[in-house]
Amino acid sequence: MLTLRHLAKSYVAGKPVLTDIDLEVGAKGITAIIGPSGTGKSTLIRCINRLVEPSAGEILFDGHDLAKLSGTALRRARRHIGMVFQEYNLVERLTVMENLLSGRLGYVSSWRAWRRKFPPDDIHRAFELLETVGLSGFAHRRADALSGGQRQRVGIARAVMQEPKMLLADEPTSSLDPKTSVEIMSLLAEVGRSRKIPVLINMHDVELAKRFADRVIGMSGGRIVFDGPPAMLSDDVLKQIYGGEEWLK
Amino acid sequence: MSAALPADPFPRRAWPKVAGVLLAVYVFYACAQMEISLERVEVGLHNAAHFFSRLFPPNFSRWELLVKGLLESLQIAVLASALGIVLALPIGLAAARNLMPAWVTWPARVVIVMARSFHPVIVAILFVKAVGFGALAGILALTVASIGFIGKLFTEAIEEISDKQVEAVRATGAPFASVLWFGVLPQVFSRFIGFATYQLDSNLRNSTMVGIVGAGGVGGTLFAAFQRFDYDYVCAILISIIALIMLGELLASAVRAIFIDNATLRDFFRRGSTRGLEPVVADD
Repeated sequence: MLTLRHLAKSYVAGKPVLTDIDLEVGAKGITAIIGPSGTGKSTLIRCINRLVEPSAGEILFDGHDLAKLSGTALRRARRHIGMVFQEYNLVERLTVMENLLSGRLGYVSSWRAWRRKFPPDDIHRAFELLETVGLSGFAHRRADALSGGQRQRVGIARAVMQEPKMLLADEPTSSLDPKTSVEIMSLLAEVGRSRKIPVLINMHDVELAKRFADRVIGMSGGRIVFDGPPAMLSDDVLKQIYGGEEWLK
Repeated sequence: MSAALPADPFPRRAWPKVAGVLLAVYVFYACAQMEISLERVEVGLHNAAHFFSRLFPPNFSRWELLVKGLLESLQIAVLASALGIVLALPIGLAAARNLMPAWVTWPARVVIVMARSFHPVIVAILFVKAVGFGALAGILALTVASIGFIGKLFTEAIEEISDKQVEAVRATGAPFASVLWFGVLPQVFSRFIGFATYQLDSNLRNSTMVGIVGAGGVGGTLFAAFQRFDYDYVCAILISIIALIMLGELLASAVRAIFIDNATLRDFFRRGSTRGLEPVVADD
């Protein structure tokens, strides 16, 4: 489904953030990427949909090399990749419904978007999705009037509105309390399962990764140092990923 | 005696003191140069007393001329604001460095700087020379001022928006225009309304003045009354201008209340002011 080959990124020449990443992600299942802060997890996720420009390498997805696309072709490819953000990244002053429908912007002309003329199918689906994520009745609230957990539900619903073929999530639970984090992870897992699409999630929380992921990628210093099922995440492996050992006791 | 301090805790530089002394010297010098003395002030005050006594009572007998001038000023202000707002929106957007490449922002910035370089009176004189006497020159002059003011502040507002919201809209595969509609404009819309209503207010004030240089509006009537020493008529005009400005301010705050505080017109008239209105969300 998604294949990364020799992907590299450096924001400043000579200081690589990602070095020679090779990764293959299957057609479904949850893949968690764990690793210490600043090790390039976010950069990796953002390179996939080109919110960050990779310096080298290939991003094969759905028959295209995303790294080579630009303009309209890139936008077309982005439509099929839903993204969920750490700080939700909702447009604060728009309503929940407008935020959801912004997931359809890749499919609707700017002129129709300007007049808020979305196809009736999209609107039906948006209302259904609001119910799925437990926010029915919130359609006309402004996004900045919601709590963190509610916002992230809207963020996920916006991504699902794209009818994505893959879901990326950049630390989706890092700004949430433990209970809400589990709820959000369950929702992401449910979305992946019901739509049979792969979900690629960056996370800080190793326990959450163990609980929800089918596969865990460990990153350290801009490289992949572990790749396997969560059951294989031993203390030794965690030591290799995060360094040190005091914190494990 | 306390022990010597290890170091001066508040080290001060000498040059602010020097600058203060120089400024004081210059003020005295300038007063002497322009022959501003106590006697001069006294003569001036006598003259002022005479002038003010002739202002009252205000004379509204030529009210038709007055109303005609005021209406023309109002039209100049409204038209210049409308035109200025419509033009400032794309120019301000084009000048935002976080959205546009340098070859777009530079020309837009030059336009904004040029529009801001001159006082509206100077621009009005230029337009009177260019298109002739009358309201058109006033409208064009105030349009230029509006583009400069709204354009500059709008650009700054756009450059301060949250990239995160824009990034999320970009990630959906939205075309650039849709990113603007959904990711950028919602973040700056209320501030744009604020700038626009402020500019309407300012245009209203300036529209009463461009007439002095022949660019239409009540300013021409005012200037003529001054020259004929019709001070009671001058007073009537000044009072009318105050009323017009207050009306404009009321209008501007109504627009702000509706667009920014989500108030309805009924709320506005019931409360008489926007103060005390419950904001819809906490951060407003």
